[in-house]
Amino acid sequence: MSESVPRYWREIKIRERLIGSKCEDCGRITFPPRKVCPYCRSRKLTEVELPKKGKLLSYSVVRKPPAEFEKYAPYVIGIITLENGVNVISQLTDIDLKDVKIGMELEGVLRKYREEGEEGLIHYGIKFRPRIK
Amino acid sequence: MKPLREVGILGFGGYVPMYRIKDEEIANVWNAQTSGLPVIEKAVPSQDEDVFTMSYEAAKNAIARAKISPNLIRAVFVGTESKPYAVKPTGSMLVTSLGLDNRSLAAEYEFACKAGTEAFQSAIALVGSGMLEYSMAIGADIAQGRPGDELEFTSGAGAAAFIFSKKSKETVAFLEHSVSYVSDTPDFWRRQGQKYPQHAGRFTGEPAYFNHIISSVKTLFEETGLKPSDFSYAVFHQPNTKFPLRVGEILGFPPEKIKPGLLSPVVGNAYAGIVPLGLSATLEVAKPNERILVASFGSGAGSDAFSFVTQEALEEKKNLAPLVSDYIKRKKYVSYVTYALYKGKIPR
Ligand SMILES: [Zn+2]
Repeated sequence: MSESVPRYWREIKIRERLIGSKCEDCGRITFPPRKVCPYCRSRKLTEVELPKKGKLLSYSVVRKPPAEFEKYAPYVIGIITLENGVNVISQLTDIDLKDVKIGMELEGVLRKYREEGEEGLIHYGIKFRPRIK
Repeated sequence: MKPLREVGILGFGGYVPMYRIKDEEIANVWNAQTSGLPVIEKAVPSQDEDVFTMSYEAAKNAIARAKISPNLIRAVFVGTESKPYAVKPTGSMLVTSLGLDNRSLAAEYEFACKAGTEAFQSAIALVGSGMLEYSMAIGADIAQGRPGDELEFTSGAGAAAFIFSKKSKETVAFLEHSVSYVSDTPDFWRRQGQKYPQHAGRFTGEPAYFNHIISSVKTLFEETGLKPSDFSYAVFHQPNTKFPLRVGEILGFPPEKIKPGLLSPVVGNAYAGIVPLGLSATLEVAKPNERILVASFGSGAGSDAFSFVTQEALEEKKNLAPLVSDYIKRKKYVSYVTYALYKGKIPR
């Protein structure tokens, strides 16, 4: 069995539904979710599903990724400001490098991130693409 | 067949990947004739897509139109012949990724290209019997064809999801009647562990496609007393452009009733996904109080036929999610080499 299975299993919901944590004390939302609020140190955090629509704040092109992501290269990693103001880091998909523009409207879709070889698990998560409608 | 209580479609949604390859491009690579090609172009999924991700997006669109919290849906059936794992259900993956209740039934259906409508029958039955209030059926495929095989000219990709509930003011169409018709007909098959299917060439036409669709539809006519003129639209399985138009002609449906749901010319044959996708596209152009005939075909072989009647809620719900036509318009052409890479035909 692959070493990463338990960790992957714990993170499925976070990656596929974009689950963050909301602080009951200061009200701020963090992604990925934490056990302690990074803003006020509170431990009263609850899970929230983040909106899947947002705008591209900043990005970087990955041309030489780690081996398991190689087949997707070159690809774009972006910081996306979601509708509720929370920033998330995610890969962009269904887009050519030349079409990537700061401020563009994006939406989250479920896609494959990597595969553990031919026999292992397939890892999925939310990526962002230009909004269709 | 008819359930004990009346069942309707509460939400529906389609999905087509962004990339396309023209049949002409494929023909040029194999030095084949470029005249009389079976479709114009076909949808090619990106490398990061599979039946799970395509089903997810179709389901998201269906949930948006159903206007219910996803955790009310207690069954997810996926009809496909290209699931990401041979063993590990796509249905349970959808339950988690879509935020459905864990107290749900999840399964895959397999019956070549009619797996999607098999999923319909089961999802309808659970609601129709009163066992569940909401169920979801999905047809999704990334069709496989051996490089150079004639299937490569048509094997497309797409998905569509349908959420069923009891008939109400909220349903966009209700089910009037359905028929399932099957027989052992060896027109197309794939052995365990093989990547590409085999097919019996011309044998796929008369005894397989035409016989089964005509039988299911004629049975539906007999059992309901309906006739072709009672229907505003017909969606037939579409392995190419010709077969659905021809079976429509035999049964008495003119091309204009078939064309709104005829997607294979621009999407390819998305196997178990193509009839549900054709129904989505038809619902997007239909008006309330119109009757839609749906008849799938799956090799091996069988056909499911349905009669749906659209309702008032359709008008308002159409625009709550991207339309199949939005996805069809969103396209980027790729070369044969990129296509082969995306479909995993080139080892790397
Ligand atoms: Zn805090």
